[in-house]
Amino acid sequence: MISAKLYILQRLTALIMAPLVLGHLVLMIYAVQGGLSASEILGRTQGSAFWAIFYALFVFAVSVHAAIGVRTVLFEWLKIRGSVLELLSWGLGLGLLVMGLYSVYAVTA
Amino acid sequence: MFVEPNTIKVQIKRGSNQSSFTQEFEVPEQDNQTVLDLVTYIQEYIDPTVSYRFACRVGMCGSCGMMVNGEPRWTCRTHVKKVLGSSKAIEVGPLGNLPVIKDLVVDMDPFFDKWIAVGGVHHPSKNRHQSIEKIDESSAERVFANEAVECINCGVCYAACDVVSANNDYFGPAALNRAWSLVNDVKTENKEAILDAVSGNSGCHNCHSQQNCSNYCPNELNPSASIASLKRKVFASKIKNLLGSAK
Ligand code: SF4
Ligand code: SF4
Ligand code: FES
Repeated sequence: MISAKLYILQRLTALIMAPLVLGHLVLMIYAVQGGLSASEILGRTQGSAFWAIFYALFVFAVSVHAAIGVRTVLFEWLKIRGSVLELLSWGLGLGLLVMGLYSVYAVTA
Repeated sequence: MFVEPNTIKVQIKRGSNQSSFTQEFEVPEQDNQTVLDLVTYIQEYIDPTVSYRFACRVGMCGSCGMMVNGEPRWTCRTHVKKVLGSSKAIEVGPLGNLPVIKDLVVDMDPFFDKWIAVGGVHHPSKNRHQSIEKIDESSAERVFANEAVECINCGVCYAACDVVSANNDYFGPAALNRAWSLVNDVKTENKEAILDAVSGNSGCHNCHSQQNCSNYCPNELNPSASIASLKRKVFASKIKNLLGSAK
């Protein structure tokens, strides 16, 4: 059971994620290939509004996208219905959001 | 000298949803035999209490759908040769994802209720006093409608759909395919109502697009593609409404 609203939300967050995933991958490869140390990386990300927004947006999109996807799995495979379904899936989304934003804060603040 | 004909072992799943059992019958093998022929032979010559359903025997009416070796098929057009392995045995059961009434006869009501739920009943754009709507055969919409229109309501795709198995409320491929043909039909009034119906909680957005329906449809229709098109259409109309209401 998925409403058109959730479906559209999941596609839109996918749309946001697609370029961000590519950016993230390029960044990772660049950092590893360049042999940057943790403190060098932090030196560049801390205080950077660009990376804060980049990753905050990423975390937000992932949390919504994943929650909707897992919601379908819980519904179809585990036959979870009603408010338990909403609680579990949106709880997962909230958990991802909080943990993700916390990490973004830690590396960019 | 008389040669005994080869026989085929036919295992029929009998009973109802509450209590079912498998019964094995031996049927003489013949040239050009269909799975429906096997069941008919059993019912006529071995056990008249075996219940099954058919009408046209030529792939037009859609009433002979059954599971053959676990796969949904129209049995009147399924040759035994095609499904018979070296074991010379065939399993025949009632069509999946539907309540069993008895033996090979399923209750098609949920299937057809969903046709109605998607707005599948004809909603004419004209009344009997007006002249009939002209159809432009070459219009893009008509081409879409034509591709979806040859459905014989056999329920084979419905039985093949994993999402229907997981969620019995899902409208399923046949009803949504019907909706797609109506959305493209100039003779249909109020297409928005159909788009609303297919975008409800049991609607097209549940489809995972893995195309079991299209693989099994005996008429080689592509319900999965129809559903993907419905999703696009709903997406576009919702975004348009959103932008419209933001103004
Ligand atoms: S493509 Fe959609 S409708 Fe067809 S079998 Fe898969 S889930 Fe069902
Ligand atoms: S779409 Fe194909 S498989 Fe499904 S009901 Fe129609 S004819 Fe049968
Ligand atoms: S009996 Fe009519 S389609 Fe098979």
